[in-house]
Amino acid sequence: MQNVPIVELSDVAISFAGVKALAGVDFACHAGSTHAILGENGAGKSTLIKIISGVLKPDTGTIAVNGSKVGFSGPADAADAGIVCMFQELSLIPDLSVADNVSILRPPRRFGLIDRRAQIARTEELLARVRCEDVDPRAMVRDLSLSRRQMVEVAKALGRDPKVLILDEATSALTQRDVETIYGLLDELRADGVCSLFISHRMHEVEALCDRLSVFRNGQHVETFAKGERSDAEIVRLMIGRDVTAKFPPKPPIRAERAPAVRLDDLRWEDRLKGVSLTLGKGEILGIGGLDGQGQKELLLALFGVLKGTKGTVTVGDGDGLATSPHRAKTGKNRIALIPDDRKTEGLMLSLSIADNIVAAALDKVASGGVIDPGRLDAAVRDGIARLQIKAGSPAHAVRTLSGGNQQKVVLAKWLMIAPDVILMNDPTRGIDVGTKQEIFRMMRTLADEGKSILFYSSDYAELIGCADRVIVLYDGRVVSELTGEAITEEAIVAASLNLKGEVA
Amino acid sequence: MTRWIAQNRGFAAALVLFAALYFSYHLMHPRGFSTAVLVQNANELVAIGFVAMAQTVPVLLGGLDLSVGAVMTLAACVASWLLDGTPAQIALGMIATLAVGAGFGLMNGLIVVYGRLQPIIATLATGAIAIGLALLIRPNPGGNVDGDLNWALTNSVYDFAETYGFARGGDAAWLQPFVNIPVPLILLFGTACLVWLPFKRTVTGRTIYAIGSAEGAAYASGLPIDRARIAAFTLAGFFAACGGLYLAIQTSTGNADVVQAGAYTLNSIAAVVLGGTALLGGTGGVIASILGAMILRAVSFYFRILDIDPLLQPLIEGIVLLTAVSAVAFRTFGVKNQLELFR
Repeated sequence: MQNVPIVELSDVAISFAGVKALAGVDFACHAGSTHAILGENGAGKSTLIKIISGVLKPDTGTIAVNGSKVGFSGPADAADAGIVCMFQELSLIPDLSVADNVSILRPPRRFGLIDRRAQIARTEELLARVRCEDVDPRAMVRDLSLSRRQMVEVAKALGRDPKVLILDEATSALTQRDVETIYGLLDELRADGVCSLFISHRMHEVEALCDRLSVFRNGQHVETFAKGERSDAEIVRLMIGRDVTAKFPPKPPIRAERAPAVRLDDLRWEDRLKGVSLTLGKGEILGIGGLDGQGQKELLLALFGVLKGTKGTVTVGDGDGLATSPHRAKTGKNRIALIPDDRKTEGLMLSLSIADNIVAAALDKVASGGVIDPGRLDAAVRDGIARLQIKAGSPAHAVRTLSGGNQQKVVLAKWLMIAPDVILMNDPTRGIDVGTKQEIFRMMRTLADEGKSILFYSSDYAELIGCADRVIVLYDGRVVSELTGEAITEEAIVAASLNLKGEVA
Repeated sequence: MTRWIAQNRGFAAALVLFAALYFSYHLMHPRGFSTAVLVQNANELVAIGFVAMAQTVPVLLGGLDLSVGAVMTLAACVASWLLDGTPAQIALGMIATLAVGAGFGLMNGLIVVYGRLQPIIATLATGAIAIGLALLIRPNPGGNVDGDLNWALTNSVYDFAETYGFARGGDAAWLQPFVNIPVPLILLFGTACLVWLPFKRTVTGRTIYAIGSAEGAAYASGLPIDRARIAAFTLAGFFAACGGLYLAIQTSTGNADVVQAGAYTLNSIAAVVLGGTALLGGTGGVIASILGAMILRAVSFYFRILDIDPLLQPLIEGIVLLTAVSAVAFRTFGVKNQLELFR
C-alpha cells in the first residue's frame, strides 16, 4: 500500500449536542481494496461514512481524496468525486419508479429532458448486473419488498460509476442469493480498482469479502490491519473491549408438552398466506425461517390485528380469537406485542423523547382517569431504561439521537412495558451490533423462562439455530418444515427455505 | 393501461366522477351539448384551473401555497393596465404580467428556502403583501383591455380565427374539425402540456416529487433540493399569473378583491385533492388538478339548471365537495394491510 490513499481522513472530530461522536480519527483506504469497518453501536461507523460521503461536515480535521484536500458541501459533491454511498436507511424515493430512482441524479437526456426509454434500458442493464431481472423498471419502489429495494439501491450505486463505494449494512435485508451476487460484484469492483468500504455486523461476510479491517470503538479508530492478522476472538475484543464467551444463552432441554399460547389453523390472507397452521407453546421461542418475503411479515402482522380479511381460525390463550386491531391485540386477555422490522417508521416516533416512546404503548398504566401521572411515568421510564440498559444521556432526548442498537432497545422497552404474554418479533436484530444482539437474545430467553411465548422471524439462520426452541420454515405462504432441537441446522433450514424436500433434511 | 390505472387510481377515479357529473349536466341542460354552453363553462374554468395548477406544485413538495389566489389577483390588476394598444404593446403587457407572477413566486421560494420558513406561514404573509400591492395598483375596480383580445380568447376557435382573420376567417377546411373547441380550454391545457409536462421530465421537476416522497432520501441521493423548492414556488407564481392574466382579459377589468382571492386559494386546494394529488406530497400532478377544478365547477353549474335556493348553495357545495373527496379517497377501503393507511 505504498500508493496515495484514495480517501484519507486526518484528525477528524465531530460532536452532536456536546457528545463526541468521533474524536481524533485518522483513517485511510486504498483503491482496489475491500475494507471492512467494524465496531459496536455508537462506535462512530455511521458518522464516519456520513463524513466521507458528504452528509456531515467534520468540526475539525481534513479529508483528502487522492491526496488533495476537499471540502464537500453535500452528498452531490462527494458523488462528483466518485464517492457513492448506500445508506443503511434506504435512500430510494418510494413514489418514483425503479428507473427514476436508479438514474435519479444524472438521468440520460434528450433535448434537455429526461429520456424515459433510455432510462429504462439503462436500468434494465444495471438490474441485470445485480441479477434482479425480475424487478420491473417501471414499478413503483413503494411496491417492492425490502430485499428488492436494497438490490435496486445497489443498482443505483453501480450506475454512478463509483471510485469509492460505501456499503452500510448493505446485506442486512437480503436473501442468500442476493448476498452472493453482491460478493461477486465486490470482487469485480476490486479488480476494477474501486475501493469498497464495507460495514456489516456479520463476521462471516467480513471474513469472506474484505482484505483490510478497521475497528472503531467509542468514536475512536482503534486499529487497522490486514485480514488474517487477528483472530475472530481478538477482533471482537477490540470492538467491545471485553471478552465474549458465548454468543447465545444456553437453551433449556426440549419439552414435548407445552400449554398452547397461540394456535393457528389454516390462516389465509390475500395471496401471501396460503394456509398457515402452527402452535406456539407457553414459554417457547418459536423461530420462523425462510427466504425473505414468503409471508413471515404478514403472519406476524395478522396475529397483531393489522391485516383485514384474514381467513382461518386463530386461538389465543384459551379461546380468544384473532385481534381486529393492534389496540385490541395489546389490550386483550392475552396481551400481544409486535416488534416491527422497521424501527424508524413502525417502531418509534423518532422526534419524540426516549421517555415518550417507552411509555407510548402503555400510557394507560401510568395514567389515572385519562391524566398522566408524572411520578409513575418517570418511574416506568427509569425502570425500562434500567431493564434494557439503554445508553442515553437523558430520557428527555429525542430517540433519533440514539444509535441503532439503543433505538431497538427503546422499542423493546416500549413493548415490555405492557407485560405481553405473546411477543412477535420481526427481525429484531437487523442492523445492530454484536453486543446488543447478545443482550437481546439473553432477554428473549429470560422472557421465555418467565412463561412468555415468543414468535421470532430472523433473516439470519445463525440466530434461529442459536436461539429458537423450534423453527418453522415458510415458503410461499405455507409452513414447509418444522425443526426441533438437534435437527435445527443450517443445512436443514436452507433446504427447507428453497423447498427442497427430503434432499438434505 | 392496467398499470397506469393502478399507479394513478386517484386520477382515474376523478376522471370517472367528472365524466358522470358533466355528462348528466348536459343531459339536463335545455341547450345541452352545444358550443355555447361548452364555451361558457370553459371560460369559468380557466382561472380556477390555473390557480389549481399553481397550487399543485408546492403541494407535490409537501407544502401549501396560500398566496396563489392573491398572486392571481395581483397579476389581474397588473394586466388591467397593460393589455391595450398595439399588438406589440399587448404582447409586452402579457409578458410583464407573467413576469410579475413568476417573480412573486420566486420571492416565495427564496423566503421558504433561505428564510427556512414553513411554506404555509411564509405564503400566508406574502399573500397579504400581494393583495396589498394589488390594492395599490387598482384601488377601485377598472381597466382597459383590448376588445378584440377579449372576444377572441373567450370564445370558440372559429371566433378567434374570424377576429384575427387567419385561416380565411375561420372557414379554411383544415380548421373545421377544431372550430367548436373553446379557446380557453386550449389555453389551459396548452399551458399545462407546454410548460408542465416538459418540466416534469427535468431533474428539477423530478426532484420536486422526490422531496415530497422522501426528503431525506432525496438529500442523500444528492439531488438539488433548494433549486427544486425555488423552482416549484416560481412555477406556482407563473401559473397563478396565467390565471390572473386570463381573468383580466375575460372581465376586461382588474379588481383587487380580497374575498375572491381567498376563495380561489381555498378552492385550489380542494381541486388539488379532488385530482388525487396527495397533500403530503410525492404523488399527483398538474393535469389531475385541472380535472379537480373541472369537478368543482361542474358541481356549481348544477345550481343554474336546478331550482335551488341560492342561500343553500354553499351548504350543498360543501356536502358535494366532501362526498367527492371521499369518493376519490375510496382506495383506502380496499387496503387490507392497515399499516399502509399511514404511509
